[in-house]
Amino acid sequence: MLQAQGLKKAYGKLVAVDGISFEVNKGETIGLLGPNGAGKTTTVSMIAGLLAPDAGQVLIDGKPVTGDTNPVKRKIGLVPQDLALYDELPALANLELFAALYDISGAKASKAIDAALELVGLRDRAKDKVATFSGGMKRRLNLAAALLHDPSVLLLDEPTVGVDPQSRNAIFDNLETLKSRGKTLVYTTHYMEEAERLCDRIVIVDHGRVVANDTLAGLYRRLPATNKLLIDLVDGSKLSDPSALKAVPGVQSAELIGNRLSVWLKDLSDGAPGVLAWLATGGHPFDHVSSEAPNLETVFLTLTGRSLRDS
Amino acid sequence: MTAFLALVRKDIRIFFQDRRAVIMSFVAPILIGSFFGYVFGGASRSSDPGRVTVLVVDQEAGAVSKAILSKLTANKTLAVQNSTLEDAKQLVRKGKAPVAIVIPPNFGKLATQAMFSGRERPKVQVYLDPSHQMESSMIEGMLTGYVMEAVSKEAFSGDLGRATVDDSLKQLESVPAQESAPLKGFLQALSRYNQSTQSNQTNRRDAGLSVPFELSEEKLTSRQGTEYNPYAHSFGGMAIQFILFMGIDVGIGMLLDRQRGLWKRFASAPLSKWTLLSSRAVSATLIAMLILAVVFAFARIVFGVKIEGSLPGFIAVCAGFGLMTSAYGLLIAALGKTPQAARGLSILATLLMVMLSGAWIPSFLFPGWLQSATKLVPARWAMDGLDGMTWRGLGWHEAVLPVAALVAFALIFGTIAVWRFRWETE
Repeated sequence: MLQAQGLKKAYGKLVAVDGISFEVNKGETIGLLGPNGAGKTTTVSMIAGLLAPDAGQVLIDGKPVTGDTNPVKRKIGLVPQDLALYDELPALANLELFAALYDISGAKASKAIDAALELVGLRDRAKDKVATFSGGMKRRLNLAAALLHDPSVLLLDEPTVGVDPQSRNAIFDNLETLKSRGKTLVYTTHYMEEAERLCDRIVIVDHGRVVANDTLAGLYRRLPATNKLLIDLVDGSKLSDPSALKAVPGVQSAELIGNRLSVWLKDLSDGAPGVLAWLATGGHPFDHVSSEAPNLETVFLTLTGRSLRDS
Repeated sequence: MTAFLALVRKDIRIFFQDRRAVIMSFVAPILIGSFFGYVFGGASRSSDPGRVTVLVVDQEAGAVSKAILSKLTANKTLAVQNSTLEDAKQLVRKGKAPVAIVIPPNFGKLATQAMFSGRERPKVQVYLDPSHQMESSMIEGMLTGYVMEAVSKEAFSGDLGRATVDDSLKQLESVPAQESAPLKGFLQALSRYNQSTQSNQTNRRDAGLSVPFELSEEKLTSRQGTEYNPYAHSFGGMAIQFILFMGIDVGIGMLLDRQRGLWKRFASAPLSKWTLLSSRAVSATLIAMLILAVVFAFARIVFGVKIEGSLPGFIAVCAGFGLMTSAYGLLIAALGKTPQAARGLSILATLLMVMLSGAWIPSFLFPGWLQSATKLVPARWAMDGLDGMTWRGLGWHEAVLPVAALVAFALIFGTIAVWRFRWETE
């Protein structure tokens, strides 16, 4: 459906995108995950035809996205990171304008607008000025504006920036509905939770390059440890060498800070009983046990040596 | 075409949604145009013409000074007030009066004597407010004429004149006859003339020197009998100024669209660059023409401003100026980096353009070189075109050059805008 092939873009000496390639199949949702400045937005801009790549090309159904009036652009719906709406106009007038950009008017436009507003739950606010909307409502309208021409590929550039959790959930529900309708979604974010919830596949981008491109499970498999066991010891000072736990089958590493013992396991169900037994028999009583699942933050940290949010 | 029309409709709708823009574009030119029209001649069309205050300190209080005072008072352009020397100087210094005239003691006698002999001439002191040089010069000119008339009348028919002639004849007796004969003959003839006018009141009234011509004034407007309407110029000028401000808003609006990410939506749609820019140009041109129509309709209803010349020519000038303004807006959008940075610079450029167009003060008051230089200013052509089609009452062929110049400027601005426009966006 969508192919990005060797995309490169530089601004003077600053290389924003350095040979990014990936493919997205019809109906698939991929997440472009990376810290701010990783090159996600530049990549999306090249896919949408806003920027001409210095090298490489974008293909939609095998046709290159080049030229201003290329009909292939009708297959793309862009949801920009900015709230690209006219605040001074009612929601309906905004949508009529954006429909007209794709030569949609009259009854056809009304039907498309109705459906888009219905999807994002703003039908009853159609005649209100956008300036009166909350941030979350504007985000939803921003999404609706990209759906009017029924694109097969939706490019979502951090569509939940600055919204409250409730609105974020509403947007996610909308995206899941679109996904269920067979739309191809390219979702850029630096929120790992969003990518984890929505995406079939994750393309991790850093410094303008693809660091990893895999399913969530595939990415987790790359981790040396997939789970972390957290044990609160009654007296941590009695455990002089936590690395001795590596002798227990399935344990990758262990760390003791105060009374809190962290143990990284290859597999939680296989490794946890052995660790608890080792502690009990070794005279290290504990009063609380919990575990942490692996996440994309861990994956990013492992692959780049840096935190997603701190980069 | 759907996209093009939708973009034009959107621009017009947004313009009318912005109350500030509407006030600035429609109300401000009407208010300021009314004020300038009133100040630059509109007042003189009413029954209460504006007069120049002249303070007169009459230290002679004789026949000559009274005659001068009477002539000054009779002039409808002057408001003559008697004053003391100290008060007059104080009032001129404070700017309460542009000029004060001091007629010294024995002015009539000394001036009459100075006419027929080389005796010292009396001095009429004039105190001027330097910020009113034009009015002061005008009053000095009037005063010279009035003094000549009053003094010569006294010399040829008044008591002072007779006494002066008799006194001069006595003095000539001590001069050798060969040297004094011509002047003596003239003075004797003048003495006889004085005696004859003494007995004939009609001749006495007409005696003395007078200005040897009369001025016949006709204002050459659209046609004979049609009064010049200063509101035509002031409304045209102010409409030009505020339409150019609207042009700034066009450019700033496009930069804001870019900043708000709207340009991304436009650029991601299958639209040509031509559609995007030309729709903005067309909407701006339509708004500019609407502003001109409303402003001149108001001027027509309230101040009687008429299109004395060609109506098609007037419409063509309005369209040409609208087109030039829209191209100016595109230029601002193309050259401006951010709305904030573009606003200050474009306001300065616009004010300079308006100033040089003659919209504030007529361009004929500029020095010659500046009048020629302002032909490089597009708004000057708009001003000339509007003046020509309104109060000057010129035909459509006189609109051709201004319209051609405005279209040429629009093409230049538009070409630079397209060349420098940052099409790519991220």
